[in-house]
Amino acid sequence: MSNAQAIGPTAPNLDWSSDQAQRRVRRRYAADRRLQAYGIIAIALAVGLLGVLIASLISTGFPAFIQTKVELPIYIDPAQVDPQDPGSGKYRALVREAVDKVVPGIPEEQKRSIGKILTSDAAYIVRDYVVDHPDVIGKTITLPIAVSDPFDQLHKGVIPKEMDALNWTQVGWFERLDNRGLVVEHDGRMSLKLDVYVNPEIVEAGPPPSGNFAVLAQSSLKAYLPRINDTSLVDMLAAEAPEVIGARIAAEPDIIGKTVQMYFPLSPHYAVLAKGETPKVLNPRFSQDQLAALDILDGKGLVRTPFNWELFFNADSRFPERAGLAGAITGSFYALLVCFLLSFPIGIAAAVYLEEFAPKNRFTDLIEVNINNLAAVPSVVFGLLGLAVFLGFFGLPRSAPLVGGMVLSLMTLPTIIITTRAALKAVPPSIREAALGVGASKHQVMIHHVLPLALPGILTGTIIGMAQALGETAPLLLIGMNAFIPSIENMGLLEPATSLPTQIFSWADSPERGFVSRTSAAILVLLGFLVIMNIVAITLRQMFQRKW
Amino acid sequence: MEAQPAVRVQAPAVPEPREGQSVARLELKMAARDVNLWYGEKQALFGVSLDMFDSSVTALIGPSGCGKSTFLRCLDRMNDVIDGCRVEGDIRLDGEDIYAPRVDPVQLRARVGMVFQKPNPFPKSIFENVAYGPRIHGLCKTKAEYADVVEKSLTRAGLWDEVKDRLDESGTGLSGGQQQRLCIARAISVNPEVLLMDEPCSALDPIATAKIETLMDELKKNLCIVIVTHSMQQAARVSQRTAFFHLGKLVEVDETSKIFTNPTDQRTQDYVTGRFG
Ligand SMILES: Nc1ncnc2c1ncn2[C@@H]1O[C@H](COP(=O)(O)OP(=O)(O)OP(=O)(O)O)[C@@H](O)[C@H]1O
Ligand SMILES: [Mg+2]
Repeated sequence: MSNAQAIGPTAPNLDWSSDQAQRRVRRRYAADRRLQAYGIIAIALAVGLLGVLIASLISTGFPAFIQTKVELPIYIDPAQVDPQDPGSGKYRALVREAVDKVVPGIPEEQKRSIGKILTSDAAYIVRDYVVDHPDVIGKTITLPIAVSDPFDQLHKGVIPKEMDALNWTQVGWFERLDNRGLVVEHDGRMSLKLDVYVNPEIVEAGPPPSGNFAVLAQSSLKAYLPRINDTSLVDMLAAEAPEVIGARIAAEPDIIGKTVQMYFPLSPHYAVLAKGETPKVLNPRFSQDQLAALDILDGKGLVRTPFNWELFFNADSRFPERAGLAGAITGSFYALLVCFLLSFPIGIAAAVYLEEFAPKNRFTDLIEVNINNLAAVPSVVFGLLGLAVFLGFFGLPRSAPLVGGMVLSLMTLPTIIITTRAALKAVPPSIREAALGVGASKHQVMIHHVLPLALPGILTGTIIGMAQALGETAPLLLIGMNAFIPSIENMGLLEPATSLPTQIFSWADSPERGFVSRTSAAILVLLGFLVIMNIVAITLRQMFQRKW
Repeated sequence: MEAQPAVRVQAPAVPEPREGQSVARLELKMAARDVNLWYGEKQALFGVSLDMFDSSVTALIGPSGCGKSTFLRCLDRMNDVIDGCRVEGDIRLDGEDIYAPRVDPVQLRARVGMVFQKPNPFPKSIFENVAYGPRIHGLCKTKAEYADVVEKSLTRAGLWDEVKDRLDESGTGLSGGQQQRLCIARAISVNPEVLLMDEPCSALDPIATAKIETLMDELKKNLCIVIVTHSMQQAARVSQRTAFFHLGKLVEVDETSKIFTNPTDQRTQDYVTGRFG
């Protein structure tokens, strides 16, 4: 207005072409670029770490998605299985006979160990199949039967058939001796050339010469490798090495009390090492016969590695080759169902009340602060609460998905309330005014206008809350939802159950090699579910998104 | 609609602008007496008394922040939903105190419709936008009745011809002026007795503004219209009576022609001649 001129310029005039001004422009651009660079670095870092995580999970988890199996032809002998009662046949014997047939000529005392190639559940696999198909009695069927975990790992190349016979310290000692030129070929054998003080206190000239030659040989070897106090050092010398001393004394009795040079033959592994090769031994988990039997099976083309559907459709098992996630997925599903049914309506009702109806006073402020803080409470605390209240006070069953879901809903409630309130706040006030203006009551404004507009936000928040709940471990462990569930048949809201994260936890704790990859595979499955849930959230959001 | 001259002071609806006479011919619809209003501690209205007549347009003018919107919102109790807002005084619709405990604000808002500054159609179909009011008040029973109400309201709002082929499309897809007329159609769909308009044309271009002004002329035949405007020309064009607010007080209210040609108060004089604001 006219007053503006009266005030005059608000700042001293600036020369925009001055050096100073241009420096300022350059500095501003530089600052912009720096800020951008920081952002890019941060994102690259995050994406990189995520990539490393996923890559390592996939590389360790991949073997669990295939399973080594033997296509075993089994004759269901009516003499062993009663057609009237197929459930109680002698299946163990059937499996043993079947193995006998494909790998003939196993001596009796080896049969047990050869049988261990197959999973310990083999008899039950056959039984379950025969019970489902009673008409196969009297026929020969070919069933894919998982091999037990060590052989599975062997076939996948996770654990080797042969191992280095010597560890690197042993190789190190040997190299020290070799570097001093003590390893020589003598009488056609790789030997150690050692000075031996023929201690008169230990040996006697005889004849025949006697004494503890082994100790003498050892102590002379130890003299070359001082300060090494390892009993396996002895293994460097061949078993017959001490006899060298005896033979020498017999030939030259006057060496007693003197120090002489002797050639001790090396033990077989070290002899190989001396030839510049790496000595190998068979993996001690497997016996020669087992490996031979496996080779026969492989040679007949019976060993297959199909996709491991059992990882999804089997329940847990003590044997990794039979363990699957069906129980965990079912348990998680039940728990999430309970969690959703509780937290979705309660969360929305609470959010709507707090956002739209609650009077603004100290009390509602207190509730609000508490809800916000609740979202930051460590989940293990909710687990303790569930343990004390739901199990202790109300006496609900332990390990049940019902209780799991209730505990998880304690955690998701704050998330849902907070996101719902944010979504309600984001609905433009003009829509409320419009509805109020034509005479809609408060609840009509809510139900007809505000909630539908806030729905995408609410759903996103809910699904994110559910995804959090899906990955939550600590509270479920506390209420015991890590039961061992070998069958999903009896699962229910009140029956003991396990869940995906607690299953991962128990598998990670298991010593068997097969559970290592299964743990990673289970994590991948869990991540898969999370990704699916997030995609659903995004899709719902876009589906319901409306502009105003 | 041909372009309006910059300032065209309308001839008064009633020939002789003598005190009390002009209003005698019109029926009193709403009356505010000694209205004081507080937003928390802060008082926004000071003893406002104003009569609003049926079949006429009352314009509220005044500088920004003087309480025009606040007063308008008192008339359909929209201030009820604002936390910490307190109203004192007496506001009557057809002689009945609208702040009396037995008056239901929701029903009141069906009788006193409102159009807002920014067009705010619901993000629903055009049909739904107009049918919503009748639906929640249970005014219609059959589909045909709804269709009838929608057609009539849109026709009265001068929008029917433009949208009759796309009633299923979203109301938010219309142009700004069309949206505002849709909002007017929505407001009149429940047959209100009073229509409050808070700067209904401030977001619109001159052509859309002209359309809405003609519409007001049409609507006022059987409605009491109260309009807040920042445009002196608009007040002059559409209103019969004008009230000038300043700092929460009603300074002067009179025939529009009198306010614009010969106001009593110096402040009114200054404002309408553009000397402050
Ligand atoms: N919800 C609210 N809470 C607190 N104070 C408010 C609120 N709404 C309006 N006020 C105050 O009340 C006074 C009157 O505001 P009002 O919106 O009625 O002005 P107005 O005359 O409509 O102005 P404009 O022409 O700019 O729309 C202003 O000082 C404003 O700051
Ligand atoms: Mg205003």
